[in-house]
Amino acid sequence: MNKTELMKTANEIRKGIVTAVHSAKSGHPGGSLSAADIYTYLFFEEMNIDPKDPKKADRDRFVLSKGHTAPGYYSTLANRGFFPVEDLTTLRKVGSYLQGHPDMKHIPGVDMSSGSLGQGISAAVGMAISAKLSGDDYRVYTLLGDGEIQEGQVWEASMLAAHRKLDNLVVIVDNNNLQIDGAITDVNSPYPIDKKFEAFNFHVINIDGHDFDAIAAAFKEARETKGQPTAIIAKTVKGKNVSFMENQASWHGAAPNDEQYATAMADLEKVGEALCQK
Amino acid sequence: MSEVKKIATRESYGNALVELGKKYDDVVVLDADLAAATKTGTFKKAFPERHIDCGIAECNMMGVAAGIATTGKIPFASSFAMFAAGRAFEQIRNSIGYPKLNVKIGATHASISVGEDGATHQCNEDIALMRTIPGMVVINPADDIEAKAAVQAAYEHVGPVYLRFGRAAVPVINDNPEYKFELGKAVTLKEGTDVTIIASGLPVSESLAAAEKLAADGISAAVINMHTIKPLDEAAVIEAAEKTGKIVTVEEHSVIGGLGSAVCDVVAQKAPAKVLKIGVNDVFGESGPAAALIKKYGLDADSICEKVKEFVK
Repeated sequence: MNKTELMKTANEIRKGIVTAVHSAKSGHPGGSLSAADIYTYLFFEEMNIDPKDPKKADRDRFVLSKGHTAPGYYSTLANRGFFPVEDLTTLRKVGSYLQGHPDMKHIPGVDMSSGSLGQGISAAVGMAISAKLSGDDYRVYTLLGDGEIQEGQVWEASMLAAHRKLDNLVVIVDNNNLQIDGAITDVNSPYPIDKKFEAFNFHVINIDGHDFDAIAAAFKEARETKGQPTAIIAKTVKGKNVSFMENQASWHGAAPNDEQYATAMADLEKVGEALCQK
Repeated sequence: MSEVKKIATRESYGNALVELGKKYDDVVVLDADLAAATKTGTFKKAFPERHIDCGIAECNMMGVAAGIATTGKIPFASSFAMFAAGRAFEQIRNSIGYPKLNVKIGATHASISVGEDGATHQCNEDIALMRTIPGMVVINPADDIEAKAAVQAAYEHVGPVYLRFGRAAVPVINDNPEYKFELGKAVTLKEGTDVTIIASGLPVSESLAAAEKLAADGISAAVINMHTIKPLDEAAVIEAAEKTGKIVTVEEHSVIGGLGSAVCDVVAQKAPAKVLKIGVNDVFGESGPAAALIKKYGLDADSICEKVKEFVK
């Protein structure tokens, strides 16, 4: 995909996020929207995956450590062809396979159940260790929130990842600067995030998480990095491209009402139209 | 009489892991800086490349085990019961139990027979915690033979298993050619008509000895070894309730939430009978030699015998 195609795809994924959360009347749009470009690049460019064979043995693995942004994950998987886009409106409903947080037992393309913060990265480390043990060359990607890294387990996992020189592991931090209770700097600042991962012996790359050139370059650099895991710190905007959600902690875990939904979709339509003129 | 052989079930765990390692390439063993104590060090010596020491980070270890399990290998994650079931409870629940991953948790140093380390290291709550997790199998073997068989059975079972081992050496009681370990199937060690003692883990041998003493006093006590707490052998419990009318449970665990509670759940609903629960009575342990603590907390043969006598009077 070229850059414009990636941007268009990300825009469709954002529409799916807003639609799913609106339909569910609950869920987490803010951090799903901030990570939409990263999701897009991972699932449409970077990872070796096959929607027709979601469990193929040599696939690259993805663990959504910040599991509450399941709407972003599901919208990406649906748009990539793992399941019908129409199913996104069943999110969080009784009997739906699209659980509030990722459920590997029932969702095609989900490699690990997650939702309790700080735990996904450990599973990703386990997958990367397993690949090294058996000489498999699949890679493992895990997406964390910048609030999530307040969890001590993240650093337990990071220490082990670097200790075991897991260069098949890429940790991405969606640095949108907001968590439920407000700005991460007000709640319990994890900054400097890059220096922390550097101190844990990661190769660290700082990028603008909405710039596909930067995202592509970062994943390429991660691939070329040997002997240590890579951490990509992606500076993002929470609620990206939905006017009233941008940079608002209150949209971390709230659903738009009908009127707000219309506004959100209009915002995204506008983004889409602009991309079509490119 | 020849001297009874005594082996700690953690030793059995380490030895059984080596046997598994020889037979199956997909066995991976994890530890959290306790390899010398949990005896996974025995496996490490034989298969260093398949032993992952996660350092002192049990919560991460459980997640790493979960991740390894998603790739088809079979991890045995090991620590003391306190730090496995206790500290990492939520990781076990959400990263292993909920996705029903094929992780085996080898928890050693359970309960008061830890001895001198004292209350902080004596986990009396692990069975209660683990059996509340849907799909979790909970096994508490009584001796070396059973512990080794349980490790093999855990490997063969697809899904999460919690294996509970002890620090102190315990008598080998199952060293006979007829012994067969079947997951979820209780073993009747002694028939009896007045009362049934249902025990698990270290107190099984003490209960057998107690039954001998009771026989001398004219009380016929059956002894059942309930090595699997979950799934519980309900049929065996119902049969005991119907046959002897009185049941005594004996466990090296809190009387809240463990074997005694599991037995009461069945009895209360399916076969009303009077139950006496012998275990650690809602208190923390303390430092001291294992044998002295077992006696002080009433889990030795003499104490069990006295309590049963009082109960059946």
